[in-house]
Amino acid sequence: MTDEKISQAEKDEAAYFAERAQAGAAAARSGTAASPEAHTLFDVQEMELNFGPQHPSTHGVLRLVLKVDGEKILEAKPDIGYLHRGTEKLFETETYPMGIPHTDRLDYVAAATNNHAFCLAVEKLLGVEIPRRAQLIRVILDELQRLSSHLVWLGTSGIDLGAVTPFWYAFREREQILDFFEEYCGARLTLNCMRIGGLPFDLTAGWTERVSEFLADLPARIDDYEQLLTDNRIWKKRTVGVGVISAEECVEWGLTGPIIRGSGLAWDLRRAQPYECYEELDFVVPTRQNGDTYDRYIVRVQEMRQSARILRQCLEKLEPGEIRGKVPRVIKPPAEEVYASIESPKGELGFYCVSNGTNKPYRMHVRPPSFINLQALPRLAKGHLVSDLVALIGTIDIVLGEVDR
Amino acid sequence: MADLEKAPAEEKKPRPGAVDASGHPWVQAIRAALPDTVVSAKEFAGQVTVVVQKDAIARVARHLKDGQDFKYCVDVTAVDWKDRSPRFEVVYHFYSFSKNARIRVKCAAADGEDVPSIAAVFLSANWCERETWDMFGIKFSGHPDLRRILTWEGFNGFPLRKDFPLEGIDTGAAVYPEEWPEGGGPSQKDSNRKVVS
Repeated sequence: MTDEKISQAEKDEAAYFAERAQAGAAAARSGTAASPEAHTLFDVQEMELNFGPQHPSTHGVLRLVLKVDGEKILEAKPDIGYLHRGTEKLFETETYPMGIPHTDRLDYVAAATNNHAFCLAVEKLLGVEIPRRAQLIRVILDELQRLSSHLVWLGTSGIDLGAVTPFWYAFREREQILDFFEEYCGARLTLNCMRIGGLPFDLTAGWTERVSEFLADLPARIDDYEQLLTDNRIWKKRTVGVGVISAEECVEWGLTGPIIRGSGLAWDLRRAQPYECYEELDFVVPTRQNGDTYDRYIVRVQEMRQSARILRQCLEKLEPGEIRGKVPRVIKPPAEEVYASIESPKGELGFYCVSNGTNKPYRMHVRPPSFINLQALPRLAKGHLVSDLVALIGTIDIVLGEVDR
Repeated sequence: MADLEKAPAEEKKPRPGAVDASGHPWVQAIRAALPDTVVSAKEFAGQVTVVVQKDAIARVARHLKDGQDFKYCVDVTAVDWKDRSPRFEVVYHFYSFSKNARIRVKCAAADGEDVPSIAAVFLSANWCERETWDMFGIKFSGHPDLRRILTWEGFNGFPLRKDFPLEGIDTGAAVYPEEWPEGGGPSQKDSNRKVVS
């Protein structure tokens, strides 16, 4: 093809995707969400289809009972609980510090943020001040964890839709992040890397330099992923206009994290209700307007860039100092209740902690983002094709350890 | 070990406990819109907790959503106060985007009592209430689909009640003697089974 023809083809394609995104948004507004390419070739009666729990695209043990008409989903019913381990019951039987390792096993691709939320809740109950160095290192660990969680999401949800290549690149970088965690606390996934009142260890010598080196490379690496996906027409055909949800509906369903930001509401707990030292850090809360799977992808990629930005600032601000606040050896908070939440990679992760004055929590409830976000899957999937369901499970970014607890 | 348990002296600083929050504007707005619903209100660590009458919870939720702009239902759960009467406390968290603030609403429910469902007010409360039913056995009247969610249908017991043993109970779920013969082998109900004699 000549250059003119190619540029004309690109223009046509851009118009096609714009129209598709609009059609999706219009359908979502009028409540008749339907895939623009859904058509009836055969007159097929409704049938029930069992999707999972051992299906690779469900990222764990999610079972969906689908009512389908041919390829079209009429109804999707999630069936969860296969990974229920009674974490909340376990919290009640062990002392406060003993609860932290259990939180690793909730969202097991983002253990640091779970530790953080748990510690924040207990610290709020105790009224402890966290030293500045500990705050900065916590933010560093959180943002590294956000990067690694988003990289897992990028790799696996790409693979779900047939884009195998980004997986290898994403997991290459994730491996480096896991090495940083391993060097810091000895573990790669179940980190147990925070303590009530601060941190268990200080950083090892040379750790910050190695992270800085990694961060220097990272923007170019993210460009690589974007080159593979952002303008890839197959990727766009699978994601643009799929699973459209408006910001109002997001609020109604309690959706948080990249989903609500993909629908145009710039709500991020790091900005709305800053914890640790996020208020002094300079970062943007990325948003997109269409609220489809493609926009959520863009939001997550932008968030990775912002995480790198936050990390660079934190590394600059690091100064020697204490890493643990003044916490009594036996933690016995007053008989009160608090709710503390943070922006985990998946959305709002909250811990509701009720104390009765003893050294064990009387009740520790987890408000997991994945559980609440998964609830909207039937709404997102209705009217789409079965293969779009795979894209939707990927775009919600669930971790079943957190859904089932 | 003795010196390990001795806490340093400077840690003994007094911390303000919970204070009464009846005068808080949100609480007063609930009082004004729905008289005789608020039982008590307190504030601790900057978090406002309002205890309301159980039967009014759906109306309070509606008022908070439409009247006070608490549009986002963060969470619904419960606490089992085994020795108290009424035994359970159902706890709701709401968030307002315009105020950038949270409010905690609680109501007390005795064992076996129904609590009005707020799933019609907030869609996100649907699964939370199902989980609360599953874990505590608190029924939500008016809930569209009150089934167990994390344990399976037919599970006998409510795991997060304080009298539920930590080691679990023998549910017999793995054994169906009427269906699966003892010692293994194909199910009696399996029409495709081949019995080799």
